[in-house]
Amino acid sequence: MSENKTAVYVCKGCGIGDRLDTDQLAKVAESEGKCSHVRQHDFLCNKDGVNTIRNDIDGEGVTHVVIAACSRRAKTEAFGFDDVALGRANLREGVIWVRPDTDEARETTQEMADDYLRMACAEIQYMKQPEANQNAGTNKNILVVGGGVSGMTAATEASKAGYGVLLVEKTGQLGGWAAKLHKRVPDREPFADPHDTGVSDLMKSVELDKNITVFLNSSVTRTSGAPGQFSIDISAESGETVTDNVGSIIQASGFSNYDANQLPELGYGNSPDVVDQAELEQLAKQATDGPIKRPSDGKEIESVVFVQCAGQRSNKPGHLPYCSGHCCNTSIKQAMYFKDANPDVDTVVIFDDLRTPGNGEDFYRSAQRKGVIFTKGKNQQVSPINGQLEVKFHDMILDEEAVAKADLVVLATGQVPNSGVDIEQATTLDIEEEGGESEAPAEAATSDAQIPVDSILNLTYRQGVDLPHLRHGFSDSHFICFPYETRRSGIYACGPVRRPMDIAQTMEDATGAALKAIQAVENATLGRAAHPRSGDLSFPSFRREGCTQCKRCTVECPFGAIDEDEQRYPVFNESRCRRCGTCMGACPVRVISFENYSVDTIGQQIKNVDMPDEFDEKPRILVLACENDAYPALDMAAQQGLEYSAFVRVVPVRCLGSVNSIWVTDALNSGYDGIMLMGCKKGDDYQCHFVRGSELAHERMSKIDDTLQQLQLESERVETYEVEITDIHRVPTLINEYAAKIDEIGMNPFKGF
Amino acid sequence: MAKKEYSFYPGCSSERKASASNYMVSVDAMCEKLDIKLNEIPDWNCCGASIGYAEGGELPRHVMNARNIALSEQNNPDQDIVATCAACWLGAKETADRLDASEQLLADTKEVLKEAGLDIHLKNETPIRHMVEVLIEDIGYEGLKEPMVKSLEGIKFAGYVGCQTNRPFGIDGESFENPMYLDKMVETVGGEAITDYDKKVTCCGGALAFSEPEKSQKQIKDIIEAAYDQGADMIVTPCPVCQMNVEVYQDQINKHYGTKFHIPVTYYSQLLTVAYCGNAKEAGLDGNIIRAKQLEEIAAK
Amino acid sequence: MSDVNTAMVQKYRNDFLKEVEENVEEGHWVKMCMQCGVCSGSCPFGPDWDHPPQEIFMMIRAGKRDEVLTTESMWMCTSCYNCIVRCPRELPITHIMHGLANYAHRLGIAPKMNPTRRFAKIFWNNIAKTGRVNELALSLKLYFMDGFMSGVKNALAMASVGIGMLKTKRLNPFALISHKGVKNPKELHVLLKKAREIEDRRKGIAS
Ligand code: SF4
Ligand code: SF4
Ligand code: SF4
Ligand code: SF4
Ligand code: SF4
Ligand code: SF4
Repeated sequence: MSENKTAVYVCKGCGIGDRLDTDQLAKVAESEGKCSHVRQHDFLCNKDGVNTIRNDIDGEGVTHVVIAACSRRAKTEAFGFDDVALGRANLREGVIWVRPDTDEARETTQEMADDYLRMACAEIQYMKQPEANQNAGTNKNILVVGGGVSGMTAATEASKAGYGVLLVEKTGQLGGWAAKLHKRVPDREPFADPHDTGVSDLMKSVELDKNITVFLNSSVTRTSGAPGQFSIDISAESGETVTDNVGSIIQASGFSNYDANQLPELGYGNSPDVVDQAELEQLAKQATDGPIKRPSDGKEIESVVFVQCAGQRSNKPGHLPYCSGHCCNTSIKQAMYFKDANPDVDTVVIFDDLRTPGNGEDFYRSAQRKGVIFTKGKNQQVSPINGQLEVKFHDMILDEEAVAKADLVVLATGQVPNSGVDIEQATTLDIEEEGGESEAPAEAATSDAQIPVDSILNLTYRQGVDLPHLRHGFSDSHFICFPYETRRSGIYACGPVRRPMDIAQTMEDATGAALKAIQAVENATLGRAAHPRSGDLSFPSFRREGCTQCKRCTVECPFGAIDEDEQRYPVFNESRCRRCGTCMGACPVRVISFENYSVDTIGQQIKNVDMPDEFDEKPRILVLACENDAYPALDMAAQQGLEYSAFVRVVPVRCLGSVNSIWVTDALNSGYDGIMLMGCKKGDDYQCHFVRGSELAHERMSKIDDTLQQLQLESERVETYEVEITDIHRVPTLINEYAAKIDEIGMNPFKGF
Repeated sequence: MAKKEYSFYPGCSSERKASASNYMVSVDAMCEKLDIKLNEIPDWNCCGASIGYAEGGELPRHVMNARNIALSEQNNPDQDIVATCAACWLGAKETADRLDASEQLLADTKEVLKEAGLDIHLKNETPIRHMVEVLIEDIGYEGLKEPMVKSLEGIKFAGYVGCQTNRPFGIDGESFENPMYLDKMVETVGGEAITDYDKKVTCCGGALAFSEPEKSQKQIKDIIEAAYDQGADMIVTPCPVCQMNVEVYQDQINKHYGTKFHIPVTYYSQLLTVAYCGNAKEAGLDGNIIRAKQLEEIAAK
Repeated sequence: MSDVNTAMVQKYRNDFLKEVEENVEEGHWVKMCMQCGVCSGSCPFGPDWDHPPQEIFMMIRAGKRDEVLTTESMWMCTSCYNCIVRCPRELPITHIMHGLANYAHRLGIAPKMNPTRRFAKIFWNNIAKTGRVNELALSLKLYFMDGFMSGVKNALAMASVGIGMLKTKRLNPFALISHKGVKNPKELHVLLKKAREIEDRRKGIAS
């Protein structure tokens, strides 16, 4: 590679030229930034400006470009030079738009701009133009695990788009739960009557599809590799094992029925005439649209009571705390089985809240029209009395105890996800203690769980055999912002394993996941990152000589991208990596870096801020802002003309997880008076684009307190915040309040040392 | 402006020496200035009002209204039926809707009407409308300005729309919770409309002012209080039941609640008539028990 | 009258919902209520109702025939139509309330002393007689419905109202003798009688 040549371009447009002394900025770049090639331009993003840069790159061999203009989030197309290392100094959103245009403010505003230029010049010297991952795999086939509606839909959708599919089903036939239904909740106008499930058509189309290879009575017994190059073992019950390669994986392992034996108060087990919804489907199938008969004595059923939320939406031990979403519509459908066969059958649905998502509202009304009675009640108790069933409940509208008699009681029980082994429970990882990793195999560690669970994917990953779970045992897959995404790159979850859902939602889900799987193989083939830094060519590498084999990176990577070799050195699977930098933030000896993002690119920015001495009364506050939410929020605050303190210097980071503690300690040592870390919401309802990054940063920073104490510094000097992209008004306020607090506790005593 | 003709259903309260006779006086004057001709449905009968259901039941109630519609179809063919009373409008319109929706009911009604040699056609050929609809939709706010001679500047009006001129049919597609047409009419003639009158569509008790006076007067008290709270000089309404209920019980409410209410309650038609240079008598202002002095002053100018 | 009631009880056995669907104006809508409670919360006299509309619909579905038909609740409906325009299920609640009141009244089991029931009866008879309201006759009848003495008291209490109306010529003191209705009241009586007959036939109420 030829020698670096850095060029700096200072834009005078958008009011920058009026508000700032750009000659001074150019001087800073030349003398302090040590860049000989500095140009000013009146309107950098116009054709002439862009051409100037282009010509310098092509004609003068410029390899590193600093654009001192607007935010890095603006004009990305005009400045999309992908053949150089590119840095941006944010003079517009970062300086002039957040500062008042007054004489008093002029000096501090200019200082801000000068610093951003220094920072950009320092950063660029440590950047390289990234080159795509050379170890990319090129397999574009897709593995679908699960042959129910979600799996079959995902398989056909992927096949329709031209991708080969391997479909693995545990049982001897395709169709899953849906194949066992008599009819389904309607998915078309007028949403009034149950109709054929359509599952047999779907099964047929899968079987006839030449792109799809079906493995029945089989499971996935090993998964290793990365997007574009997964290696899998598919083992049949017979013992036969096939090894194959795929580019991405869709986990559509569905749900199991909640065990109604845990509900004796609802009569289950005390009388054969108390059934769950799945059993009622069987009865209805047997009746083939004729009168449905009672299991106990075959009598034609004249009255039926549906008990909603049986063992669901309840915090009692053994109950499911969540709503399964489909069972209200299902009970409505099942009540219609009775009414459609004979309108004189009494059908009563006892509900607490009737939840009818989708077009269920029309369906609900249709049931009312057919004469199904809906009663708002709770605390149901079911007992067999004189050959009938008695349902006692509290009528919540009339506020009184009530009794309903019935030949049959149907319990609306819930969905339990088939999400495999809970790896967080299975392995007790301890990142604190060196070598504290548990060697016990996952199965052994789950022995205290109620039912031993088989792994679905049998990943050979260092972090565990299955997808991580979030709440209530569902696979972690952000339900709104990033659906289908899991914490294992190239593996997508869909259907009821992701959250409870009905057939219509499942089919939509499966289609989405298929699309995601396709994106993953396409990105992987090109050696690029997948969501959320889709298309990013950079990837982390580590300096083996410096590594202490501490395992922090392998444990903390939210995406399980790092395995370990025999000597316990980390093995980076570039194609699994999402480029969040969490490993870089974790590494105590700072040997992990990206070509264009490293401990130095940020560390040098921090160090190159001009630090006024204690008596200048100009504190400096470092803001490390996540570029996914906090930085855009700051930009938008600037767009709205909200002002904040001139003492802050904002450095965008890929994810708060990438923040290495060294930056914080270095900053304190070099005289910063305060440090604000802004990342996304953490916890179960996280909004962190890298799932765990923000959480890990919060953990790390809580430990910084000790360091602060050692240095005899106030704990307020380092604060961590959760910031959402919509916090446009909050962010400037946070900054100003923090600046006031720093004013209160005074300057950092280490200044000037 | 071309003359507009309508088949007019005045209703019981508008009769001479009945509770809304002054409403009728001002409507007559207003229509004259706007070049509207009202052709009274000959021999019309009571609509049954909203209380008629209890003894009257369903079919007899519809027959009462159907008789009026039939008479209108026969005598004022091709003219929209226009009512000034909310209850009359609602009763007639409801019957038309119901007969339209049910063949059985229509057949039964026809059978009954035959006894009087009448027939009813419906098929929505005779839209049934409230007077304010005629003003807003057929004449328009601009048109309402045209005959203006005086402005009602300086008077603050609480526009009390009430129930039945508002629900369930609504006027001009406006919202049920905050219809604006009455305010717009006030502003059209230069008055100041109170924009946040939060009892604008609160029920005054309607017919139950007779049978449940205490409960109704509680409602009426709130309606008046809210008008005072916003600094209203007077209340204006499109409904004779509202007008009567809100106006005549003020003494009793004062006695019961220790309030000092004394606020005039006027009709929109009185406002328009005054703006169109009608005198106090033409505007029926002598019919207000609580005199609307400010309006009288403008009328006298 | 109560014979009619007994007949109905026998006819419908335990199925009050069906009875309402077949005999009460707009009664077929009752099953469509989804128990959201918006109507009850919108009703101007709502707090005074023993059973606001939502509850009445639930009671009908729960077969509480006596409680529903003998309650004073729906007699407190002012016909404000608030509930109708707000009900997410578009139930014609006002009409159902009217229909229930009328049905209870026809069966002879509506609360005897309910003032609105009595007023409504007086009102209907007043208009049915001449075809138009005679406001004076109506008020007098109303004041004296509980006998002469309380009538005088009522009339005195309402004197301020009456005098105001008289003064502004909005009440006709001679209406008792001079009030005229439609031209041919007899013909109207025939219409109303016939209508009643047809309705009774349809609903199976032989009176
Ligand atoms: S948008 Fe950016 S590059 Fe374009 S003129 Fe404005 S500051 Fe300069
Ligand atoms: S869908 Fe209905 S029955 Fe099922 S848990 Fe939710 S509320 Fe309960
Ligand atoms: S922590 Fe982030 S950057 Fe590091 S290997 Fe994992 S995914 Fe890649
Ligand atoms: S690269 Fe860093 S974090 Fe990872 S094992 Fe080596 S020393 Fe630890
Ligand atoms: S119309 Fe009757 S039931 Fe409905 S809100 Fe008004 S008073 Fe209540
Ligand atoms: S508003 Fe309508 S749906 Fe809601 S409770 Fe009342 S009647 Fe039922």
